[in-house]
Amino acid sequence: MDVLYFAWVRERIGLPKEKIVTEAATVSDLVAELSAREDRYAAAFADLSALRVALDQELSDFDAPLNGVREVAFFPPMTGG
Amino acid sequence: MRIAVQQEAFDLGVEANAFAEGAIANGAIVTFTGVVRDLTTGDLDVMEIEHYPGMTERALAAIAQEAMDRWSLGDVLVIHRHGRLAPGDRIMMVATAAPHRKDAFEAAEYLMDYLKSRAPFWKKEISTSGAEWVAAKEEDEDALTRW
Repeated sequence: MDVLYFAWVRERIGLPKEKIVTEAATVSDLVAELSAREDRYAAAFADLSALRVALDQELSDFDAPLNGVREVAFFPPMTGG
Repeated sequence: MRIAVQQEAFDLGVEANAFAEGAIANGAIVTFTGVVRDLTTGDLDVMEIEHYPGMTERALAAIAQEAMDRWSLGDVLVIHRHGRLAPGDRIMMVATAAPHRKDAFEAAEYLMDYLKSRAPFWKKEISTSGAEWVAAKEEDEDALTRW
């Protein structure tokens, strides 16, 4: 699946997008898997209350299943307008 | 209903006039425009707006459609810019057309409340003293509860 990062999450992880092959069942599982990879991921995912997640471009939550999902995006709360 | 996500500047007058054109059944037109401000120290150089191409358009269209469903509206316009903007630049505008002004005003407020915290844009302020992401405000989230 494609994993996208925006704003300071992108800056902290150091890339805007990557392809990930994972067996993670939920968003939380994916976060745990990424956090275990490298410090920069662990730093970005340290406080999940400061993060939002979208699955296939729809806002979702960290308990959501990843079954069939093609695109996951992590970002801070939005500041439009 | 028109949704535009663009880097280019827009002309408020041209957009408002085009939107009002032919709105015979709509006696009320409300427009709101957001401007890059430099509140604190006066040293803001650039406001950089990042967005999530694809999701942005979908989220804005869904918010606009929800407004059309909730209020009696003839038309809705949302324009939101991204990229590098300077203080005084217009970031975005919404316009609503309705037979009656209450619907037009309320729907415009609804659109603003939702696109502030449910449309995937992120603002970064770049000044002489450094660069900082603008944090979302709790009151913006609270504003959604009244709808």
